[in-house]
Amino acid sequence: MVATTQNSGPDAIAHREWARYTSKQRWQRFGAMGLVALAVVWSLSTINVIWPWLWDAPQQMGDLFGRMFPPSLEGWKDIAWTLLETINIATIATFFAVFLSLPIALISAQNTTPNRYTLWLGRFILVSSRSVNTIIWALLFVAVFGPGVLAGILAIVFRSLGFLGKLLGEAIEEIDRAPIEALEAVGATRFKILIYGVIPQVMPTFFAVSILRWDINLRESTVLGLVGAGGIGIILQGAIDTFAWQTVATILLAIIGLVIIGEAISAYLRKKVI
Amino acid sequence: MNTTVEKTGRTWKKPPFIANPAIRWALIIGIAAYVWWAITTLPFDWERIQQGIPRAIRIFKGAFPPSFLRGELLFDGFMESIKIAIVSTLLGLALSIPIAFASASNVAPKWLYTIGRGVIIVARSFHPVIVAILFVKAVGFGPLAGILTLTIYSIGFVAKMLAERIEEIDWGQVEAIKAAGGGTFVTMLYAVIPQIMPRQIGLSIYQLDSNLRASAIVGIVGAGGIGSTLLNAFGRYDYDFALAITLCIIGVILVSEAISGRIRRNLW
Repeated sequence: MVATTQNSGPDAIAHREWARYTSKQRWQRFGAMGLVALAVVWSLSTINVIWPWLWDAPQQMGDLFGRMFPPSLEGWKDIAWTLLETINIATIATFFAVFLSLPIALISAQNTTPNRYTLWLGRFILVSSRSVNTIIWALLFVAVFGPGVLAGILAIVFRSLGFLGKLLGEAIEEIDRAPIEALEAVGATRFKILIYGVIPQVMPTFFAVSILRWDINLRESTVLGLVGAGGIGIILQGAIDTFAWQTVATILLAIIGLVIIGEAISAYLRKKVI
Repeated sequence: MNTTVEKTGRTWKKPPFIANPAIRWALIIGIAAYVWWAITTLPFDWERIQQGIPRAIRIFKGAFPPSFLRGELLFDGFMESIKIAIVSTLLGLALSIPIAFASASNVAPKWLYTIGRGVIIVARSFHPVIVAILFVKAVGFGPLAGILTLTIYSIGFVAKMLAERIEEIDWGQVEAIKAAGGGTFVTMLYAVIPQIMPRQIGLSIYQLDSNLRASAIVGIVGAGGIGSTLLNAFGRYDYDFALAITLCIIGVILVSEAISGRIRRNLW
């Protein structure tokens, strides 16, 4: 990235100046910075924020945390029970999503899909599942099946399908061709090639991705209740609505504990699998 | 065809995934028992669920075709989401750089490292929606709560990744600047920052994309942006408008993912 001024003659060469960027690069950099500055100025000047509220925010937050202290242990049985329910929602949903994502991964991988239409169908399922967030899926399923755990489980299943299917499909596209050719050579059917040639090769990825998704689902299932889809979010919302800040503090601590334990378990299991 | 089988009476079997049969069966039975137990103890409301299919049909009938009649509301919501994403990315980055330095074990003293890591763990543990609820209670409904939430969200991700990058830097350059007499601040500025800059820019663009996605979600609990518009449409049973919003969210996410992926590919 060394640029020099293009003068000729021995004198000019002796007085060259080193510059890190060429002038074109420099202008590109100025342009990018200008664009960022413009975007920030535009956002700040037009956003609908009542600025005094921002200056007030630290005091308000302090007040909130003041009310939360000390965390109240009242109703810990309910909290523990819904925490268990949250874990169950995440686990059951991951369990079903893992099974459902296998066929989707197979049709959305270029080397195992039967034909072009199934490839596009698979990709369509993956994209639509991944682009809609769990909370939006939950809103839809709460409207359909009413508030409760089923809506939460379905929301997590629908969101996980895209994630699992995409990563698994990519793993299938990267498999070693040789075992497949060997199976084809001995006359194995398509189904047998899948079972004996493809699946054993993606098994480690399959488990690693499922465990990773379980960890993510555990986090997401803590907020499903806020739209009515079961789990600890429901009692969190209840406690916030009744201004029971000390109970809120207990629930938040329980969620931190749950998330940290979940992350530790998933890190341990993934290390074992890979 | 079957000669080998007839001669020896054996056929080849796929070796099982877990070699020890006791552990294998224990695992299978354990998982089956857990699934059974979890499904039977979860409080399903079957009566309500049975009404689901007709309701689903009614919702989908109401949702098609998606209505873009209130395009102005949709546009305003998206603009607000984009503004929230830009401001919170900027704030989050400004805060995560010092936090990243504090939580990199090779440049920070032990006490600072503990504090830095603690901040990151707390910022990462809570789903943005929970943080948003607390901020909505503290600073009221609207985009300000969204900005604060996504700032915390950005710190959790950017500071963590950046700290990991700082821990991987080439130490030779730090020693060179120190040998030439540079103080702590000068060393950071000339030996560490140039090495982490490419990652920092990549992370910033990724985080902008990520914040745009998340801003659609935190709106659902009242923190401004397109999520608030979506929740209102759902609450008023305007399913055709809700579908239009959802389709737009998907479109915007796909476009922003494509742009950020392209920029990051060029950078790395």
